[in-house]
Amino acid sequence: MKQNLVEVKNLEKYFETSGGLLSRKKNVVKAVDDISFNIPVGESLGLVGQSGCGKTTTARALCLLDPKTNGDIKFLNRETNLLESIDNLDGEELKKFRRNIQMIFQDPYESLNPRWTIKDIILEPLNIHNIGSLSDRDDAVVEILKTVGLTPPENYLPRYPHELSGGQRQRVSIARTLIMKPKFVVCDEPTSMLDVSIRISIMDLMLNLAKDLEVSYLYITHDLAVARYMCNTIAVMFNGKIVEIAETEELLSNPIHPYTKRLISSIPIPDPSYERKVYDLNYDELDSIIAKDTEKKGMVDIGNQHYVATHDVKGLL
Amino acid sequence: MKKEVLKVDNLNMHYETLSGNVSAVKNVSFTIHEGESFGLVGESGCGKTSVAMSLLQLQADNAKISSGSIKLEGRELVGLSESELRKVRWDSISIVFQGAMNAWNPVIKIGEQIREAIREHYPSNTKQQNIEKIKELFEIVGLKEEIMDRYPHELSGGMKQRAVIALALSCNPKVVIADEPTTALDVVIQDQILKEIKKVQELLGLSLIYISHDIAVIAEMTSQMAVMYAGSIVEIGPTKEIFSNPKHAYTRLLLESTPSVVGEKKKLRSLDGEPPSLIDDIKGCSFSPRCPNPTEECKNGTKDMRLIKVGEGHYADSCCVECG
Amino acid sequence: MENNEKDIRKAIRKEALRKNVNLFRSSKLGKTGLIIVAFFAFLAILQPILFLTGIWNDGVYHPVVGYDASKTEFLVVECPRDYPTEKYESRADCPAKGEINKSIIFDPNVKVGQLYEANVQPAPPSSKHILGTDSLGRDIFSQIMEGSQVAFLLGLLSATLGVAISTILGSIAAFYGGRVDAYLMRQSDLILMLPFLPLLFIISAFVELKVWHLAVVLGILGGLGGSVITIKSAALQVKVKPFVDSARITGGSRMRILFSHILPNVAPLALLFMVFSVTGAIASESVLSFLGLLNIDMSWGLMIYLSQTDGYIFSGLEYWWLILPAGLSVTFLAGGFYLVGRGLDEVFNPRLRGR
Repeated sequence: MKQNLVEVKNLEKYFETSGGLLSRKKNVVKAVDDISFNIPVGESLGLVGQSGCGKTTTARALCLLDPKTNGDIKFLNRETNLLESIDNLDGEELKKFRRNIQMIFQDPYESLNPRWTIKDIILEPLNIHNIGSLSDRDDAVVEILKTVGLTPPENYLPRYPHELSGGQRQRVSIARTLIMKPKFVVCDEPTSMLDVSIRISIMDLMLNLAKDLEVSYLYITHDLAVARYMCNTIAVMFNGKIVEIAETEELLSNPIHPYTKRLISSIPIPDPSYERKVYDLNYDELDSIIAKDTEKKGMVDIGNQHYVATHDVKGLL
Repeated sequence: MKKEVLKVDNLNMHYETLSGNVSAVKNVSFTIHEGESFGLVGESGCGKTSVAMSLLQLQADNAKISSGSIKLEGRELVGLSESELRKVRWDSISIVFQGAMNAWNPVIKIGEQIREAIREHYPSNTKQQNIEKIKELFEIVGLKEEIMDRYPHELSGGMKQRAVIALALSCNPKVVIADEPTTALDVVIQDQILKEIKKVQELLGLSLIYISHDIAVIAEMTSQMAVMYAGSIVEIGPTKEIFSNPKHAYTRLLLESTPSVVGEKKKLRSLDGEPPSLIDDIKGCSFSPRCPNPTEECKNGTKDMRLIKVGEGHYADSCCVECG
Repeated sequence: MENNEKDIRKAIRKEALRKNVNLFRSSKLGKTGLIIVAFFAFLAILQPILFLTGIWNDGVYHPVVGYDASKTEFLVVECPRDYPTEKYESRADCPAKGEINKSIIFDPNVKVGQLYEANVQPAPPSSKHILGTDSLGRDIFSQIMEGSQVAFLLGLLSATLGVAISTILGSIAAFYGGRVDAYLMRQSDLILMLPFLPLLFIISAFVELKVWHLAVVLGILGGLGGSVITIKSAALQVKVKPFVDSARITGGSRMRILFSHILPNVAPLALLFMVFSVTGAIASESVLSFLGLLNIDMSWGLMIYLSQTDGYIFSGLEYWWLILPAGLSVTFLAGGFYLVGRGLDEVFNPRLRGR
C-alpha cells in the first residue's frame, strides 16, 4: 500500500455574492463542494470536468493561492515522513512548504513575466529560497534548460518571453517549476493552448520528468483523452463535486455515474469508422448506488478502487 | 455525379506588411459538391482561416488575393466589387466564425440582429415574414421562439452558438463555412451542436466547409477533407480513406499524435519543432524541418512538390509521401 | 559561456532597442514631437554656450540684466494740439515712424527739425537682436532660450516627482487592497476635486513660489491625483496574471512581487504619464507667471506678463515680438511633449500600431 503524498478531505470553497443592490441576502456559490481524494507518492491524478466545475478552484486552494472555506489538506512532510496539515502554516514553515508544491499554468503567453529574461525567470525560485551559491544557481539553470529540451541553453538564457513560441514558453514554465525538484505539481491544462502537433512532446517531457524526479501531478483538463495519457487515476468533477473516481482504464471501460457516461459518449473519436458507444443513461443504476450509501459518506466503493458519488444530480444533468 | 457548388482553383493569398509580402495561402485547390461536408484541418499558421476569409473576401485590409479563382455555382468571386460581393455573402455563402459567441452586439436583441441580416438581402420582406423565417430557423437549430427577444448576455454559450448558426442560415446559403465553431464549448455541448449541424445540413442539403485543428471532429463531421500545412494543402481526399491510409508524412504524424479515449493505450509519436509561422520563408519542402528523415532534395526544393494521386480521389504532396 | 551569454544579451537588447526606435520613427506624431522637443532642448543648451564662448556679450544679451544701448536716429518734430492738420490726421499719427516728439526729449537744446539719437525700447527684430528687445532692452531671443531651460527643468522635475509618487501609490493600492486601497482612492478623489489653478493661487499667496517650489507642488499634486487611479488599475491587471501567481506559489514575498513583477510592468504606462504631465506643468507655469504669481527671473509666461503690464498686449501686431515668440514657445513645447507621448504610446501599446 503506497504512501499518500496528498490527502484532501471535505474540501470546500464557497464564494459569497450579494443578492443585489438593495438586497441584504447573500448568495453562496459553492465552487468546490465537499470533495475528497488522495494522491499516492509518484502517481498522478487527473481532474477532469467542464468549465466552471471547480477544478481550477480546487487547484488554487491546494497551492494555497486562495484560502479555502473548509476542509482538511494534508501533505507528506519529507523529513518526518508523516502527513501534516497545511492549514496553519505561516512564515518560515509556509515558505518551506512552497518548495514542494508548484503549478504550471495554461496560458504560455501570460505565465512568464514579459519584462524578465528567461534566465531570471528560471532563477527566481532559487533566489527566493536562497539555494546554493550564485554559480551553483547558474549551473542549475543551464542543466534544467537542457533537460526540458531548450538547447543550446545560451541561446535561451538572455531572451525575453515574447521571442519564444508557445511550446518553448511552456518548456520554460516546466523548467522553472521543476528546478526546485518539488514533489507535487499542479498542472492546469498546460497543453490546451498549444498546437496539436507539439502537445505530445510537452506531455512526454512531463511524464519523463515525473519518472526521473518522482513528481506527482494533479493534472487538470477538460479532455479525457489527455487525462488518459497522463494519469493513473482520474476524478470526474461536476458542479463542484467529484462524481466518480477510479483508475484510468477502469473508468473508461466501466463508467458508472450518468455524468461520466455522458461525458465519455460525447467525445469525438479520431476514426471515422468508429461508432461511438452510446450509454444508456437511465437513473436506476444511480438510484441503487445512492441507496447503498447508508452512512451518507458521499462516495460509494464499487470495488477495485472505483468510487462513485451518491449526490443526486438528476436535476442538473 | 453531384453538382459542383464551390470550386477553388490555385488560390494564392498574401498579406502586405511592413516587412514585405507574406504568403498565407499557396496554390490551394479543392472542389465541393452539393450536400457534401468538407473538412480543412491544420494547426495555427497553416492558412485554413485565411482560406475561409478569402472565400468570403472578408480578409483584413492588407490581405490580397494574388492569383487563382473561386467559383461559386459557376460564378467567379475573385475580382468582384464590394457591392457585388455583399450580395453574394450570406445569400450564397455564409460563415460561422471562431469565437462567434462574442460576435453579438450586446445592446441589440438577438432577433433584431438576425433580421438585420435578412433585410440586407431581402429588403422587400415584411417584418412578419422575417419573424416567421427566424422561428423556422430556431426550430431547426433547437432554440425556443422567445430567444428572439432576448439579449445576448441572457443566453448561455451553447445557446449563443446555436443562434450564430441560425444567423448563418438566415439567407438560405448554399455553402456554410464553420471555422472552429465549437472551441471554448464544453465537450457535451459541442457534441450537441455538432449533431445539430449535421441535422441541419441533411435537412437543407447544404454544403459545409468545416475548419478545425481537431482531427477527431473532422473525422466525425466530414466526408471529404484536406490537410493544410504552411499555407498549402499537403493531402486531400475522402475522409475515411485518409484516416485509414494516410500518405503524407505530416498527416501520418498528426494522426499518430492524437490521444484517444478508446482503443489500446499506445505510445504516441511526437513531432519535433513547431509549425512554421507565415513569416518564415522556408526553402524547399515546408515540412522538411520537422520531417523524420528528409532527403537533400526535400531541403533544397529540387524535388517535385506537386500533388500526386495516391488513391481514388486521394492526392498528396509528392515530396513527403515516401518519407516519415 | 559567460561571455557568450553577455554578447547575446547585448545583441538582443540592441535588437529590441532598434525595433522600438523604428516603431517610434514610424509614428509621424512621435517624430514630429521629438523634433520639436529636441529643438527647444537645443535652444536651452545653446544659451550658456553662446555666453561661455564669448559670442554673446553678457552685458548686452543677458536675458534678465542685459541692456542694449544701441541708438536710432529720429527727426525731431513738435506735435500740434489740434487735429487734423496738413501732416497728421489724428493725434495717434504724431509722431510718425522715424520721428520723435520734442516734448519727450529732456535736452532743452534740441530744436525741431534736428536729428536726435534715442534708445527705443522695445526694439523690433534687427540683425543684432533676432527677435528684438523688450521694453527693458533685453534680448528676446535670449529670453526665449532662458525660458526653455526653465520649462524643461520645471517640466521634467515635476513630472518625475509626480510619476514616482503615483506609481508607488497606485501599485500599493492595487497590491494590498482593502483599507489601504480605500484610503488611497479617497485621497485621490479629494485631490481630483480640488480646483487646480485656484489652489495654486492660494498657495502662491502664502508661500513665495520659485521655480523649484512650483515644480515640487505640481509634482505632488499631480502625483496624488487621478493618475493614481489609472496606475492602480494597470497594476491590478498585472496582479491577476499567472506569472504573479507563479511567483506567489514559489514563495515570493509581497515586497518582492510588488517591486520585481508589478512595478516593471506598470512602468511603460507610468512613462507615458510622465511625458503627458510635462505638458501640464509647462502650461501651468506659463499661466501662473502670466498672472504674476511666481517669483521667477525669466520664463515664457513672465515674458507675456511683462508685455501685458507694459501695455503692449493689445497693441495688435505692432509689437508682436513681445508676445508671439513666448506664446508660441509654450504652445509648441507643450504640444511637442504631448506628441512624443503619443508616439511612445504606439510603441508600448501594440494594439495601436498600424500594420
